[in-house]
Amino acid sequence: MELNDWILSLHLLAAALLVGAEVVFGAMIVTLWRENSSVRVNSFFRVSQIATWMVQAGSAGTLVFGVWLSISKDPYEPWNGWIIAALVLWAIAGGLGARAGQAYGAAGMEARRLAGNGDVSSHLVGETFGPSTAFKLHVVSNVAIVLLLIDMIWKPGA
Amino acid sequence: MIDVLAGMRPDSWNFPLFVHVLGATLAFGAVMAAVGTLLLTPGGGGDPEGLRRFAFRVLLFVGLPAYIVMRVGAQWIYDKENLDAAPEDPTWVSIGFIVGDAGLVVFLLALVLSGIALRRRHSGLGTAAGVLGAVLLVGMVIAVWAMGAKPS
Repeated sequence: MELNDWILSLHLLAAALLVGAEVVFGAMIVTLWRENSSVRVNSFFRVSQIATWMVQAGSAGTLVFGVWLSISKDPYEPWNGWIIAALVLWAIAGGLGARAGQAYGAAGMEARRLAGNGDVSSHLVGETFGPSTAFKLHVVSNVAIVLLLIDMIWKPGA
Repeated sequence: MIDVLAGMRPDSWNFPLFVHVLGATLAFGAVMAAVGTLLLTPGGGGDPEGLRRFAFRVLLFVGLPAYIVMRVGAQWIYDKENLDAAPEDPTWVSIGFIVGDAGLVVFLLALVLSGIALRRRHSGLGTAAGVLGAVLLVGMVIAVWAMGAKPS
């Protein structure tokens, strides 16, 4: 096996972590839809921490190993159209996902604070875990990730 | 050896490959969610039944369909590539089949155990389901490595 094979493997593992994290976040959002119980939301704190680690490792890994592959593997170059498209989609997915994560994270911290005082309902938490801006950002981020996967497989223009 | 992801390939292979990869990554995420919930949330974080329900539902409604899509996609791309025409499968394909087929049994066991754990409010069964899920995750990581590195 060559070095490029290992890099591709790590790139794929990072992609699995990234998409896997979105599954975890998506499942949490559906489960906690319009949930305003601080105890219930706080019970997912550890799961959300794992998903956050997954999305960070997955995002960094896909970028680093992907760019590395585009440099080291023939016939690809970093300035190929489909690779530039992938980088743009990665930035959109990461930027919007990070903004969604900040909003959900703030609601999660609020739930954690309130849960320490008993099961207190929170309007902020219930609103965030509903059809909020954070939810819309999460959906658009996921669409960008699916488009990224399509771009990686079809490689338009390659 | 046919380089599935990184190399040039006929356009007709792309959609089956997309189906396979999408199913695999979604299944990976579902198992990861269940394992994280069942094993890494001590005491259930204040709502143990809610977390067990989450783990069971994510396995049933996301993991199981995604696993089937992954396996169907694998067979589809296998047929497209005419890999069955070779006297024996390359090692990376064999690894994929072993993980895919044996993994389905492990997945179903984890699903059933998590369902019973939810119904009987039994944390031990939930932990057992989580351990099975963790074993499956290790297999999935090995399979992803094999799909990329393609050991012959």
